[in-house]
Amino acid sequence: MVIANTDKTRRAYINARLIDPANGLDEKGGVLIEDGRIVAIGKDVNARNAGNAETITDCTGLTLFPGLVDMCVYTGEPGTEYRETLASASRAAAAGGVTTMIVMPGTDPVIDDAAIVDFILRRARDTASVRVAPMAAITKSIKGKAMTEIGLLQEAGAVAVTDGLKGVENAAILRRAMSYANTFGMLLVQHVEEASLAGGVMNEGENATRLGLPGIPAQAETIMLERDLRLVELTGARYHASQISCSASLDVIRHAKDKGLPVSCGVSINHLTLNENDIGAYRTFFKLSPPLRSEEDRAALVAGVADGTIDIIVSCHNPQSDDTKRLPFAEAAFGAIGIETMFAAAMSLVHNGEISLSRLIEVLSATPARLLGLEAGTLSPGRPADFVIADPEKPWLVEDEILHSRSKNSPFEHRSLEGRVLQTIVAGRQVFAYHQ
Amino acid sequence: MSNIKNIPDNTSRQILSGRHLLAIDDLSVGEISALLDLAGTYVELNRQIEKKQSTLRGRTHINLFFEASTRTQSSFELAGKRLSADVMNMSVKSSSVSKGETLLDTAMTLNAMHPDILVVRHHASGAAELLAQKVSGAVINAGDGQHEHPTQALLDALTIRRKLKKFEGLVVAICGDIKHSRVARSNISLLLKMGAEVRLIAPLTLLPSEVEKLGVKVFTNMEEGIEDADVVMMLRLQLERMDGAFVPSAREFYHFYGLDQKKLKMAKPGAMVMHPGPMNRGVEIDSIIADGMQSYIQKQVEMGVAVRMAVLDALARNLPGANNQSGDNS
Repeated sequence: MVIANTDKTRRAYINARLIDPANGLDEKGGVLIEDGRIVAIGKDVNARNAGNAETITDCTGLTLFPGLVDMCVYTGEPGTEYRETLASASRAAAAGGVTTMIVMPGTDPVIDDAAIVDFILRRARDTASVRVAPMAAITKSIKGKAMTEIGLLQEAGAVAVTDGLKGVENAAILRRAMSYANTFGMLLVQHVEEASLAGGVMNEGENATRLGLPGIPAQAETIMLERDLRLVELTGARYHASQISCSASLDVIRHAKDKGLPVSCGVSINHLTLNENDIGAYRTFFKLSPPLRSEEDRAALVAGVADGTIDIIVSCHNPQSDDTKRLPFAEAAFGAIGIETMFAAAMSLVHNGEISLSRLIEVLSATPARLLGLEAGTLSPGRPADFVIADPEKPWLVEDEILHSRSKNSPFEHRSLEGRVLQTIVAGRQVFAYHQ
Repeated sequence: MSNIKNIPDNTSRQILSGRHLLAIDDLSVGEISALLDLAGTYVELNRQIEKKQSTLRGRTHINLFFEASTRTQSSFELAGKRLSADVMNMSVKSSSVSKGETLLDTAMTLNAMHPDILVVRHHASGAAELLAQKVSGAVINAGDGQHEHPTQALLDALTIRRKLKKFEGLVVAICGDIKHSRVARSNISLLLKMGAEVRLIAPLTLLPSEVEKLGVKVFTNMEEGIEDADVVMMLRLQLERMDGAFVPSAREFYHFYGLDQKKLKMAKPGAMVMHPGPMNRGVEIDSIIADGMQSYIQKQVEMGVAVRMAVLDALARNLPGANNQSGDNS
């Protein structure tokens, strides 16, 4: 998480709408930073008393909030750098207001060894413009058999363990991994899909039947989730379901939270804003894991974010090239890029009145930072000066040319989104500025 | 021209609105009826000694088959040849590694040869659609995965219409492996559009999810499903699906879902029995029925050639340079 370039300058950003859910703050005011950290926030930081700052930025009409923490980012580094490097992903992140990206271990080689964690952190320090921290694998080579050196991985800088897009299938192995991770207080993040039921390529139901594609029932998710939560009960481990996709999973999570289990869950921005109908005539950019589900599921997930059942939103940024996407639907790879469009796409939920802007920033920033024990996610004085200045109303068109990712598999391509990140600041340094 | 009595509709009027034939789902009732009318004239032509027409002279028609198929491929080949197209067959052995790359790479290579019509069969649903986005000629879907097989549904419809004269109010029972069948999907779509009642009969493991939402009636008991049916369509059950994965054994499947004399008695007297072939005798159908008076299986093969000629003809009318096109094509 070391960031190579800290800007030590004393700067003031004034007249913004400040949103800092961790401090319950939503008011007009400013932010004063120095040495790459926040010195003061609130209405007292204004034109009159920011005089000793070297630069003063007037943010009238704009919103300022803590940098987003994206807990699910796939890159191709190391192993498939043609898809995405840490550097290219970080440029996309910066343009999307993400100041901390958590990269997944399913690289080649897999992040299952302290040396690879070290490699990621060094490469990120040398090439990336935002903060990067890896999750490490739960099992060696993500084979679901032998657990990794979770303690050493944590010491090296891994912030959680997960097997990425593969759930740990064997209950006994998962039970021990949970107990062992719990020894170190390490969060265990699980992809909840029972593999034997998840052999299909899209949501099971009428659409799959019409397209002649094998389906994945929602039960593939709920069965895995329910089993895992029984193991949480047994082990007391901190457990996070990486992405849930269907209405039924919300009931399972609610039930576990009611019982007081140390459980949280995430949802991808895609599952909040798209549904299975978007697949249309075999559009592979909408082939995701878990699959896009029905409109009823999508609406239930949005309500789940609003009512607190769902804790965080992730981009599940997964760059794929033409070689893996320009194929018949069943043969194409799963995944969509999304780190750059996540905030703007999520703003549609705010514009529709489905969630408040404050709640949105909480699930995109404060909560993921808290789950991972990071300093980020708030504007509290003393914390890193990682924040975003955005125009929540500003429309922009998603086109390949403006996206920073090396891969262009965006499900929002050619769409107009409302809500634009204008500036992204990491450790006091501007890492992105929007130019029309 | 010689003494041909029934020259098919040579007016070159437009029959299909689209450039390709990818799915029955894309066709209107009017388009289906017009295609069947045109196919009817080709049935008569095919029964004459002189079977050749010059409709597609100069056109290149390529059969691109990623899955082995004797009957569909030869039916398309014969159809193209009877219309004087230059027909080329390409059977592509799909490598197990990267089948999809082979599909688009092959498409690009073929496209450079300027085919007018590409007939494609592929094991992946949506393959014909993907190909159609990439090539400049007309694409005919000859079966894509478990999605559609539109010319099969059209030839089945022609077979039915010539015997029963209409579709409204007919009861058609489709029996067997619905789940994995593109023939079933195309037939369901066509028959519902044309006003027939469609019943599906299968064990629940061979029915796709939420299939009743398509507007069909679902039966698990064959005798109930077949009762008063005008048409009984049997589907092929792949051998590899009878080993306990979807049904326990061929014996058990035949006992409950094989078409035998006793079950057929439940249908209307003289009900039509159809099968897209190739048949598994003694698995989904009793030989006595397959070869019996009520069987239209050979008729289906005959209609197949005529329907494919009609589809080739109709799509050729929409190609650049066709008679009914304005002369702005260079």
